[in-house]
Parts: sequence; structure tokens; C-alpha cells
Amino acid sequence: MKTLFKRTALAAMIGLSTPALASVAYVSNEKDNTLSVIDTETQKVIETIDVGQRPRGILLSKDYTKLYICASDDDTVQVLDLATRKIVDTLPSGEDPEQFALHPNNKHLYIANEDDAIVTVVDVDSKEVLAQIDVGIEPEGMAVSPNGKWAVNTSETTSMLHWINTETFEIEKNIVVGQRPRHVEFSRDSKIAWASAEIGGTVHIIDVDNLEQIHEMSFKVPGVNQDRVQPVGIELTSDGKYAFVALGPSNHVAVVDAKTYEVLDYLLVGARVWQLDLDKDETHLYTTNGVSGDVSVINLEDMKVIKSIKVGRYPWGVVIDPTS
Amino acid sequence: MSFLSKAAATSLLTLAAASPLKAEALDVRIGYLQWVPDQGPVLSNVIPEPEDAGLRGAELGINDNSTTGKFLGQTYSLQSDVADTEEAAIAAFEAMRRDGLELFVVNAPASTLKTLTEKAGDNTLIFNAGAKDDALRTGQCHVNLLHTMPSYSMLTDALGQWLNQRRWDEVFLITGPTEADKGWADAFRRSAKRFGLEIVEDKPWTFDADLRRTASKELPLFTQASDYDAVVVADVRGDFGEYVPFNTWLPRPVVGTQGMSPVTWHRVVESWGAAQLQNRFRELGGRDMNNEDYAAWTAIRTIGTAVTDLNSASPIDIRNFLFSDKFQLAAFKGRKLTFRDWNGQLRQPIPLVHPRGLVARAPFEGFLHPNSQMDTLGFDRPESECRING
Repeated sequence: MKTLFKRTALAAMIGLSTPALASVAYVSNEKDNTLSVIDTETQKVIETIDVGQRPRGILLSKDYTKLYICASDDDTVQVLDLATRKIVDTLPSGEDPEQFALHPNNKHLYIANEDDAIVTVVDVDSKEVLAQIDVGIEPEGMAVSPNGKWAVNTSETTSMLHWINTETFEIEKNIVVGQRPRHVEFSRDSKIAWASAEIGGTVHIIDVDNLEQIHEMSFKVPGVNQDRVQPVGIELTSDGKYAFVALGPSNHVAVVDAKTYEVLDYLLVGARVWQLDLDKDETHLYTTNGVSGDVSVINLEDMKVIKSIKVGRYPWGVVIDPTS
Repeated sequence: MSFLSKAAATSLLTLAAASPLKAEALDVRIGYLQWVPDQGPVLSNVIPEPEDAGLRGAELGINDNSTTGKFLGQTYSLQSDVADTEEAAIAAFEAMRRDGLELFVVNAPASTLKTLTEKAGDNTLIFNAGAKDDALRTGQCHVNLLHTMPSYSMLTDALGQWLNQRRWDEVFLITGPTEADKGWADAFRRSAKRFGLEIVEDKPWTFDADLRRTASKELPLFTQASDYDAVVVADVRGDFGEYVPFNTWLPRPVVGTQGMSPVTWHRVVESWGAAQLQNRFRELGGRDMNNEDYAAWTAIRTIGTAVTDLNSASPIDIRNFLFSDKFQLAAFKGRKLTFRDWNGQLRQPIPLVHPRGLVARAPFEGFLHPNSQMDTLGFDRPESECRING
């Protein structure tokens, strides 16, 4: 696989006479135990990497040299070296890691242990478990504010956002939101947090300074039964203009005005859309569609879905390496 | 993580996390009653039903509620009684009432449930997590009785929709001799009418031979008919039904209480986070979660969801909340679950499973309903005489 890729890359370099490799997206395939690597220029899968069992959450180190992978059924976090695309290490993670978030210090990894109702904080360098924080049932979403002050965990069955002080590793506030909160995304200035509630069908906008909800969004996809509108992944553009909300089995992504919280459009993507990521220059959005086993590509210029890329079975997470 | 270290970690972390939002502690006490009459001897007794079916689900529900409750200063406790006779079940109920309990989850036959409901005062809320009888949802309703267990007709409507959308509309029905078998078969006959299925043969099961020796000889003859698309079995206790698949006269699938079955819950359900519930249950119960466990768990989680919002354990407050727009239960079936306001039945999707896999999940696309697609399963408002909310 590796040699093949190198040859392809070499051929590409000669062909395009450019030293830079094309930008790549990594997709975790929950039921295939693999990662699909997508070339974002050709929008094709160029490599499939075997990883641990039931890979779900994936994220990049802050220096973009490593990819961390929650191998949920192996109860571990794997470390993929991006230069060689080999698993080079594992981290202790607690049981059944599902989602995680890396502190801006590039050291503290906050892991939601879904089966244990615990958030585990691991130092990625020393591999030490720094803390285990008791949270609600089925902790799922994890986010750390860009300023590093807060780690937020969503617990699905408890329906709460747990606000963890990153200095003391203690919960300072619990906010009850809609049923089955799945994901939290911070604005770049760390002032606003967006939290999706899958069964509630809502997105909750939290003012981070006061730790209070300031707005609650709901969605109505034309022609789709309201029961199937289930918000999961959220992605925000860095200019603060747009938010994108993956609406699960409604098979649509909502385009939201990030200032007024108004829904501008619903875009039809693959079946059961879960997570999203923007590419480097924020011209394209990639979505993982669990049931149809593909990735949809949305062009942000005209807000159109331009491509679907077949990946493995039950694609879960997607991240795009901005340096590649 | 070992059990011990986890327990230690939990107790340690409880201290760290115990910063309740509300100062006053609220203790929510729930009673669980189980009385399951002996099913009598059955031919296919190879895989016995667990005796703690329902109880374990209730226990898990309490654990789940408590985890949420500790962030809100709410504690939950379960008082349970698994009775050997109906009299013992009623006595246990009365003792719990005297002890001040007002919230109950009951896994017992319809007749026992009715007795308990009549004995209970106004300030009581009972969740039926056992009886599937349609009569409890169509005429014999009670204002303080809610059902988390689906009715027979919800199950058979799920099957009827599936047969309809597969276009397997000519079926051979075999009905066992018990009251439950007849209840299931009556529900199926209604479903057949609703979903345009033709019952080409409707035969009662009368054989009393041991099918482990003779299934291959007796069943082909029993299922002789000119043609049918599927055989539907109504054998609730699992007496002869396990021997029907692969022994039919024509090479046709077997569905119903055996073969592919509509169920409340099954170990093969794993979507929408269900894998986590299954894991949690397995860790607690040392076995797979079944229909009764799920119905009891759902009842207790319903109470928990209401208490989280209300910070009150008053049955009247809870009941009002459950029938308001604010209540919705996330229960790993991919939809938010709510109660039907005419008969107190919890709306829910019905999985159709075979022993090792999920086949489909009702309701199916194309079966439309003006209010909730889930109301295409079971007795809808105009078909039920019950109006427990006036």
C-alpha cells in the first residue's frame, strides 16, 4: 500500500511538476476498522489504512504530524504518523473511547469513555492519565475551547453539557439541553459554543462567558418527517459567517447564518450524515454519511453538493489535514 | 477496567462531581413488581427465559437515572418484589403503598394489573411493562396506567406492514392454544385486514406430539396448502413454534412469534447508540437485554426524564409532564418516544429480528399518518374507546 502510494505520489509530482502533495482527508470507517484517505483535489480514495476495532472519533495534533484515532472496541487511542501513515503508538484511553478533543497545549487529550460515564484526560507525551472525571451516562461529544479554558462533554442519556475546568479537571457547571446531545463546537473566539441534541432535534447556543443558553435552534427539512431530523456534527467557518449542522437520518446538512442562527438552506447529502469538516481554504465541506457509506463534498461558493465519494462501511469521522 | 477499580473510581469521582445545581435533595422512590405465571411445559425448552426479565431492566434504569440525578441533587431508589403468586404480588403492592411509594413499574398479567390499578389511589402512577393485551389499550384504560410495553397489535402491525411492503400478502396462520396465542393471533388478523394481507389458511395448533422427534414428519403435512407467501406463527410461550421454520410444506419463510419476529427489544438492536445500552445491560445483568427489561428500563427512564425537568417526584406533576409537549424520551430506537394521550401507550418503533440479526424496523416509509408515523402501529385514537386525558 505504502509503496504504491509513493509511486502514485511520485507520478503525480512529475505529472503536475509541483512538489506539494495534494491535500488529504481522513475518514474513519466504524464497521470496517479502517481509515480511508481521500485526495481532496481528485476527490478519490487513494489509500485505505487498517486501524483498531470500531474507529470513531479522529483528530489531528496541533502540529499536524499525528492523527489520533479512537479505536472504541479496542479500548485505546491509536496514534497514526502522518508522514508514514503507520500506527506508531497507542495511548491509554479508558473504556470505549468515542470522541475526544485536544487542548491547545497539544498535550492534554480529553476522551469521552462512553461505556463508563467518565471523561479521561491523558497526557499524550508521557501517556499518563491525568484525571478521570465522572460525567453523565454515555459521554459522547468532547470539545476544548480554542482559548484552552474549558473542556465540554455531552452525555447522551443524561442530556447534559458538563463544563470541565481544564486547570482543575473539575466540573464547574452542568447545563441540561435537549435529548441525546452529541457534539459541541466552539466559535474561534471561544465566546459561543454550539451543542447539538440528536433526539431533541435542536442545536443549543451557549454564551460561554455566562455559561447560559442564549438561543435554541430547531430544523424543518421540507418533505422529511420531523422524527428523522437529528442534529449531530457541527462545523463553523472561521470568519464566523456560517455554521453547518449534519442532520443525521434526514440526510441533509443545514446551512446556518452563524450570527442570526437562521437556517439558510438544507442540502441533500448521503444517508445518515454524521460529521463534517472544512478543507484548508474553506471552499469545500466534507460530510460522512454512515448508512450510505460515502462522503459528500459541498462546494461553499454556491452551496451545492458536488460529489459523493465511496469509502468504507459506516464512515464516522472526517478530518482534513490543512498542511498536506 | 476491573469491576473493583471502577467501583472505587466511581465513589471517588462522585465526591468530585457532587456539585448539585439545586440545593435541596430529592429522593425518588420507585416500586417494581413482577408476577409472571408459570407458562406450563413447552416442547422447545432448550433455551429458557431468564427469571429476572424486567427486574434487571428496572435496575439499570435506576442506575442511569442516578447518574443524571447526582448532578442535580436527585437520588433514585428501587424497591422490588418478584412474587410467586398473584396474591403475593398484590400484598407486596399494598405494602409498598403503605410505605409511601407512588410510582410503580409492573410486569404482570393484565388481570393482576387491573386489580392493582383499582386498589391504587389517585396519587399513583403505574407503568405497565409486561402485559401486551390490546384490551388494556382499547377499552379497559385507566387514567393512572401507562404502558411502556407495546401491545400485541403494535407488534403485529409492524409485521403486517413488513409483509405488505415485501408484497408477501398471502399467509398461512398457525395459532397455539393459550389465551396469549389467541390474543396475538386476533391482533394479527386485524393487522392483515389493515395491510391488505390474505390469510389463506387459519389453523389452530392441536398436535401434542414431541416435535423434537417428529417435526419433520408432522409439520409439512400440517402446512399443506395450494400456495402462500409466508407462514405466520402465534405461539407466544414458545411451545411448538421453534419447529416450524424449515419444516413447512412449501419452501417459505416463517414469521410471527418465531422465525422473524416483531419485538420490543432484542440483543441484535445496535443502532442509534443502542450498542451502549446493550453493553451497560450485559455488564449489570450478565445476559442480553430482552423485551421485559427494555419496557421496565423505559418506564424508569421516563420517570427520570420527567424528574430531571420538574425536580419533583409527584405522580400528578409527572403525569402532566408526560402528556405535555415538553416530554420526549431518547430510548435508542432512533426516534423520540412520546405517550399516546388517549390510552397512555408509549409510541415506539418495532424492530423485526431473527435470532442473530435485525431484518427491518417498523414503521416503514409509505405508511402515512397525519400526526406521528409511529401511530400506524397499534390502535389509533379513532379505533380506541379510551380517553384518559378527557
